[in-house]
Amino acid sequence: MTDLSMANAAAHAPLDIEAIRRDFPILAQQVNGKPLVYLDNGASAQKPQAVLDAMDRYYREQHSNVHRGAHTLGDRATSAFEGAREAVRGFLNAASTREIVWTRGTTEAINLVANGLTGRLSKGDEILISHMEHHANIVPWQMLAERTGASLKVIPVTQSGELDLDSFQSLLSEQTKVLSITHVSNVLGTVNPVAELIAQAKAKGAITVVDGAQAVPHYQPDVQALGCDFYAFSAHKMFGPTGIGVLYGREAVLDTLPPYQYGGEMIERVTFEKTTWNTLPYKFEAGTPAIAEAVGLGAAIGYLNSLDRKALEAAENRLLALANGLVDSVPGMAVIGTAANKVPVMSFKIDGLHPSDIGTLLDQQGIAIRTGHHCAMPLMDFYGVPGTARASFAFYNTEEEVEQLFAALRKIQRLFV
Amino acid sequence: MTATEQQFRDNPLGKDVTLDDVFDAFEFLDDWEERYAYIIDLGKQLPPFPDDERVEENYVHGCQSQVWLIHHQDDSDGKLYLMIDSDAMIVRGLAAIILVALNGKTPRDLLTTDIDELFERLDLFRHISPTRGNGLRAMISKIRDIAAEQAA
Repeated sequence: MTDLSMANAAAHAPLDIEAIRRDFPILAQQVNGKPLVYLDNGASAQKPQAVLDAMDRYYREQHSNVHRGAHTLGDRATSAFEGAREAVRGFLNAASTREIVWTRGTTEAINLVANGLTGRLSKGDEILISHMEHHANIVPWQMLAERTGASLKVIPVTQSGELDLDSFQSLLSEQTKVLSITHVSNVLGTVNPVAELIAQAKAKGAITVVDGAQAVPHYQPDVQALGCDFYAFSAHKMFGPTGIGVLYGREAVLDTLPPYQYGGEMIERVTFEKTTWNTLPYKFEAGTPAIAEAVGLGAAIGYLNSLDRKALEAAENRLLALANGLVDSVPGMAVIGTAANKVPVMSFKIDGLHPSDIGTLLDQQGIAIRTGHHCAMPLMDFYGVPGTARASFAFYNTEEEVEQLFAALRKIQRLFV
Repeated sequence: MTATEQQFRDNPLGKDVTLDDVFDAFEFLDDWEERYAYIIDLGKQLPPFPDDERVEENYVHGCQSQVWLIHHQDDSDGKLYLMIDSDAMIVRGLAAIILVALNGKTPRDLLTTDIDELFERLDLFRHISPTRGNGLRAMISKIRDIAAEQAA
């Protein structure tokens, strides 16, 4: 069967979650004497065998430095590495691989853009972000504002955890030079109407940046349809390796940014008097890149393409609906983030219990969740909580696991009375 | 109101509740629920922490939960008394165990007490390991710094 016909076969087969779970070796283990229930996918997702194999094979059979070209291994490494870039281009539906820059992750991607805009902003200019951003999409802009005299404007969120679109309209102006917004909130799970925001910001001449870190584990974004100038994400949240991420930059805008770091690979010609830069995307890739990790990300995309993502999305939505229906079974439990359009992420609090206590006692029962401020302190302040407990589901989670989570929460609550 | 000398001395942890009590209790508790119920219960025995001591200089930085720590040294015998608070119940309970082990000791005795070994014996070491961001590791370091300063 060709790859394509396999993908089609998969698309028509009913979803077999147990078979999918077997693709993720780490899930078949016990933690504290209980079967692992991994519900911390928003922090980092687990890796399928296809990713592990691709990285192993790369080091066993293909590894050398890339783009140095004088020998066979160098060719193999370069071809695997650039093949991964093409896989990312396809995943995002970018126009060209020149628009795909490897970074260490979403954080570095946003920093690259914010740094590159230093010479372009000045006093009176505005950078527009939202109240639900991760620190990685706040602090780089705060620092850019400090460097340039521009000011940072913040789109408020509503109690349910949606962007206040009326406020967005009034905050957006000719002064807005940058709109940087998260596609999906890491705390609330809210899916923002980014295409609409981008279109309006572009009409005012703003550069548009999307933090896609929490979107890519659930959706395949189409950057041309979104119309954004930049889209950033990390491989490790979409079942790929840690240490690598992607900055998509629309070529016409990306090429106007100065280099971010200087060194090997990113240059065209160096003399002691003057250095000229390599072409896109290499201009932004100083030093030897994370080659095996890029290959691993390529394999993760291949793996996702082999699955019926629409069916997975439906399965994830069922998990979230089941969880929502069980909230009332835990007295004093309240969900933070109740937007109509959500990925399967559930932040919650329980009266009288600190998130850290919830996390510790769930761990005793083999259940992994995230607790704390989720690198979104302004959002914690908005909701008046020190932190939340967050269960974040992936397509390999089962309905039984959701039920186990709630049974465990009820058990914990009994310890405190 | 600031903590009085009496409040420091009246702390039952390390006085009425001893390490032997904790070990005895742990021996009889055979599942995690009973153990944690006991830890939570110990945390409830922490004396109330004075509100006006909840200030930056008494704050121990941890990612997950907030921890406060104040100390008092007895002028006559040089013994160190500690008061601890946290907003998380498990952290309070684990802090109570630390107080049982360290409260009312001379700085020298305190510095020779092996807290890691104690927590390993109780099978609770992972809670104070450097990989947990709950502030307990930082709190233990701070107590040891105070003791080292007073012992010098």
